[in-house]
Amino acid sequence: MKRLVPMWIAIIAGFVMLLSTFFPITESLGETVGEIFNVVAAIAFVLGAGSLAKVNLAKISRRDQGWGYAAITLICFAITLVVGLGKIGVPQSTQFPLLGWSGEKDAEGSIFGWIYEFALVPITSTMFALLAFYVASAAFRAFRAKNLEAILLLSTAFIVLLGRTFAGVVLTGWLPDWASGLRLENFSVYIMQVFNTAGNRAIIIGIALGVTATSLRILLGVDRSWMGSGD
Amino acid sequence: MKPSKTWVIVVAVIVVLVGIRMTIGQGMARAYVERVDQSVEVKANDIHGASTEKWTEWHPVAPKKFEAAQKADPSQTKFAFSWANTIGLWLAAFFTLAIFSFLYRDNPGYRLAEAVIIGVSAAYWGVIGFWDTLVPKLFGALTPNLIHDQVLPSLPAPTTGQVVAMYFALALGLMLLMRLAPKGGWISLWPIAFIIGVTAGLKIVSHVESDLVAQSIATFKPLVQPIVSPESAQSGWMLWPTIWASLANILLVIGVLCCLTYFFFSVEHKGVAGRAARVGIMYLMITFGAAFGFTVMGRVALLAARIEFLFDDWLWLIDPAGKRIVEVASAIGSMLC
Repeated sequence: MKRLVPMWIAIIAGFVMLLSTFFPITESLGETVGEIFNVVAAIAFVLGAGSLAKVNLAKISRRDQGWGYAAITLICFAITLVVGLGKIGVPQSTQFPLLGWSGEKDAEGSIFGWIYEFALVPITSTMFALLAFYVASAAFRAFRAKNLEAILLLSTAFIVLLGRTFAGVVLTGWLPDWASGLRLENFSVYIMQVFNTAGNRAIIIGIALGVTATSLRILLGVDRSWMGSGD
Repeated sequence: MKPSKTWVIVVAVIVVLVGIRMTIGQGMARAYVERVDQSVEVKANDIHGASTEKWTEWHPVAPKKFEAAQKADPSQTKFAFSWANTIGLWLAAFFTLAIFSFLYRDNPGYRLAEAVIIGVSAAYWGVIGFWDTLVPKLFGALTPNLIHDQVLPSLPAPTTGQVVAMYFALALGLMLLMRLAPKGGWISLWPIAFIIGVTAGLKIVSHVESDLVAQSIATFKPLVQPIVSPESAQSGWMLWPTIWASLANILLVIGVLCCLTYFFFSVEHKGVAGRAARVGIMYLMITFGAAFGFTVMGRVALLAARIEFLFDDWLWLIDPAGKRIVEVASAIGSMLC
């Protein structure tokens, strides 16, 4: 019972979505199921919040190493949640000025927007920027032109990198018009449009086949690994 | 030298340099806002009479505008110094430097920024989900009057079907929360089953439609692609553009077929299949190289944006957008002369 009911829920929900694409009569049913899905997914954030609180509170209560950071996480979480849900500092909406809650949650002047602009964006973008160093460092250590495949990978990376900078334009600007396709800025575009497209297309087709097969296995009840092995 | 000592020295050097910078020219890292008075005529309805609602908003503005306004009229109130945005600028700069400090090694500054981002981003997406999904869909259907009167007056009244569907969604959502309970966690498998089923149903359609079919159709290209001169259609094909375009199509078709052959494991990669798979590997290596180059470019662009933030918005050492009147170079020049 504990595994049979979930399996049938998955099968019915999946087939409703599938059939709503092919039969117009079930289109509205598919839309309704889609809306239920969105709401359940939004409620899942509450689960995430609960889990975050549970883990960090346990860390604080046990006085684990770094429990102070867990406290900071919880404080930041609580502040962002309160100012976001309460729309604190949000100016009135010009469309409905009499309604206290009609303003945009991240409007200019709101604390939620302030947190987004001065905490979330700088930290996330700097973390991604940090990857520039690590990618370069990993490439320096791992990339060795020891066979044809590695040479192809390395040279393509160099051509793409150079082709999108001024150096690439300067280096091959002397090539005559009839060979303009070999100028780095054009050649990198050619690589992206032909070789990269071909490789990516095969990967995408492979992924599509894999996802379709896996989804079908779930919808037919063959794959039940998503239920886990517990009770 | 102990790591803690190193960090003390690094922080001290940064503080001293920032302190020096603050005394040069116009200083640094200040934000200004412009006063915008809003006025909206509200029409009379069943609840309230006609009225004019007035309030003030403060929008960010370039320091140059504030300086110009102050110069023209020192008692002006249209532009003002913004404490909130200035503190925000300093905080953003601190977070940026704290994250960059990880390049040397793990440290309390980095861990602090990490702890902040975990808390803030979890709450951020929770708030987005609440206002963008739960309020209009769930609460809009279950408590339509409250949502209509307080949040979204333009929200249409829900149908009976929508109300029933949202009760069902609420029930599934509450079952999902049972995962946090010490007992009865198995009940959360029902909403998870719903999510898995809907995702599987959606993914089959979307992947077959936009990936499998669309990508296959895009591969069926003419192997000879004539390029006609734009000046005169009568003059025939242009030789080199035609060769390049045709070669591109031929290489693309061969590449897709060879890469697919490489991914086809039901046939042993020997003979023709082996040679095709080998060509496929070459194409894939080029693809990975291009992806690597592209990723590096993207990350370097982000890095440049962060450095620009530090040097432009925070330190006021550069001014590519012309946001300030006196540039630091001329300020240093005037100090030296």
